[in-house]
Amino acid sequence: MKMTVRALLGASAMLALTGAAFAQTTITVATVNNGDMVRMQGLMADFNAKHPDITVEWVTLEENVLRQNVTADIATGGGQYDVITIGTYEVPIWAKQGWLESLNDLPADYDVDDLLPAIRGGLTVDGNLYASPFYGESSFVNYRKDLAEKAGITIPDAPTWDDIKAAAAAMTDTEAGIYGICLRGKAGWGENMAFLTTMANSYGARWFDENWVPQFDQPEWKAVMTDYVELLTKYGPPGASNNGYNENLTLSLQGKCAMRMDATVSAGSLTDPAQSEFADQVGFALAPDMGLGKRANWLWAWSLAVPASSDAKEASKTFINWATNKDYLALVAAKEGWRNAPPGTRTSLYSNPEYAALPFAKMTIDSINAADPTNPTTKPVPYVGVQFVAIPEFAGLATSVGEIFSAALAGQKTVDEALAEAQALAVEEMTSAGYIK
Amino acid sequence: MARAVSTRRKVFYTAAAWSVALLIFFPVFWTILTSFKTEASAVASPPQLFSADWTLDNYAEVWGRSDYPRFFWNSVVISVGSTLLGLIIAIPAAWSMAFVPGNRTKDLLMWMLSTKMMPAAAVLIPMYLIFQRTGLFDTRTGLVLALMLMNLPVIVWMLYTYFKEIPSEILEAARMDGASLGKEIIYVLTPMAIPGIASTMLLNIILAWNEAFWTITLTTVNAAPLSAFIASFSAPQGLFYAKLSAASTMAIAPILILGWFSQKQLVRGLTFGAVK
Repeated sequence: MKMTVRALLGASAMLALTGAAFAQTTITVATVNNGDMVRMQGLMADFNAKHPDITVEWVTLEENVLRQNVTADIATGGGQYDVITIGTYEVPIWAKQGWLESLNDLPADYDVDDLLPAIRGGLTVDGNLYASPFYGESSFVNYRKDLAEKAGITIPDAPTWDDIKAAAAAMTDTEAGIYGICLRGKAGWGENMAFLTTMANSYGARWFDENWVPQFDQPEWKAVMTDYVELLTKYGPPGASNNGYNENLTLSLQGKCAMRMDATVSAGSLTDPAQSEFADQVGFALAPDMGLGKRANWLWAWSLAVPASSDAKEASKTFINWATNKDYLALVAAKEGWRNAPPGTRTSLYSNPEYAALPFAKMTIDSINAADPTNPTTKPVPYVGVQFVAIPEFAGLATSVGEIFSAALAGQKTVDEALAEAQALAVEEMTSAGYIK
Repeated sequence: MARAVSTRRKVFYTAAAWSVALLIFFPVFWTILTSFKTEASAVASPPQLFSADWTLDNYAEVWGRSDYPRFFWNSVVISVGSTLLGLIIAIPAAWSMAFVPGNRTKDLLMWMLSTKMMPAAAVLIPMYLIFQRTGLFDTRTGLVLALMLMNLPVIVWMLYTYFKEIPSEILEAARMDGASLGKEIIYVLTPMAIPGIASTMLLNIILAWNEAFWTITLTTVNAAPLSAFIASFSAPQGLFYAKLSAASTMAIAPILILGWFSQKQLVRGLTFGAVK
């Protein structure tokens, strides 16, 4: 009898263990639609083979819709998403709200020390890592070497704004449909204001002084806006105030931008003969400076994080470890070549000789390393962030200021009027938000 | 002479109608054309009406990357379900407003319509919380309820306008013959109002099919309809216009075909009561 009972208990225990071993956990991953994320979805067979007990469901949304849905879900503790794609702007804000799970306990093979220090710093709050970078980017100059040669100029690897102005003037040939420089003009905190904020950093301008008083009434901002409007009015494409990342990338792929300053992540497209008519003629240079010690380049990463409301945190961390591990970079390289490996996250990628041989690799890492989120401009600031200010009010305020500056570029108002309007608006917003006492 | 003027007018009105129709249809036509282009041709400058390198790759990739049948089935269930449920509630409501109006019936109708003027985002958080707490989030039942409530004012208004055209004497005759209220609505009113109910149904299926704010906000995986399918191909950073166009074409094709075959009923429903 005893034997029978033992046998039954043993069988039950075995069954329970077997059940646990095959218990399926489903995680929902909210992501944006871009080349690297799409590529990851195509490589899921590798994850499924390694983790058959985890089923991954994807929710792909446009960036702003994703932000809205994820914010609503986390703020209400909904728990609909287990892994979210999150930008560098949101990480410190959401982590301070207690909305994100710490990723300090990822396994040793994750190799947290391999993360690029600048990128890691932007995702760390009070010593805790809250998001794991999937790809990182800075901004730099890309230009057509053939046009520079034809114009008899050389663009230095580390140019000044004077170099850029001279090159834009020399390479512009409007009759041939070649525009000297393409910069973001479309209004939005992630569009024209991302570029203008970095340009301002290099000119020694800042959004706020140490007491959170807006600084658009200072001479540095006047110089920034005057040069920006002049550059695009004289040498930019028609309708520049409507051009954002996509529009300028399209113009560059068609060879119509002699020079462009934008995200390093577009280097892959620009040097791909299948996409670009001038793939073999693309040159790269660091973002320009004014000799003040700060270059006009930004720092951004799309990262994966686990919301505190998720009820599948362990499985979610397993997925994040797979998607942002060094092994994933090798997997992409093996399947689609090193050119397509997600850039800007790990030191080891840039020490890999095959990756380092790519024409954009060195400029990308140099640009990322040149960005300092805690010390973005020459003067002291009370905020963190290179092309943004990591406070919740920034997105709304910067979009409104972006609309004013876009109108100035379109010729609907003067630079002085735009700056005065931006200053009044920023003072009002910051006062009502309680920053200015 | 009078005949000549009439013909000229006729030609003018026909030309004007065709111009407006082409203007409205052009974006749809452009989307369909773009869906067969390569990404490079899709963003060519100057824009190319017809591409030299037609391709079906965009459809293959969109089909391969997404579970289109699931999105499609969700759209069918949500749009048809919300419309049928709306009709079940709206027919008795419109009957009472049309045949036994009270002092405040007009005010009630106006109030119902006024709810359509409220921006959806204003009730985002309350709706989100209600759906989460009641387990309706990311369920087809939840979306059927949400879209039914959203379109109910339109259904009631359309049916009310249609019922007003039916002589009340016919209903009175049925009542004198001993028909109960339920039988009067089901066996007398409804058969006479079939054309109006059909056009109301079609219009509301289209409205529900095209609804994007709530269907994207209140779903993640299980109940996401074709509006979410399109949104998943939208990207501010990356050139995916041809694939986005292919996804859009796949999403609008069923409703375009339905609209094409039922355009007579639709026009009749939309213009009913406009001219008396």
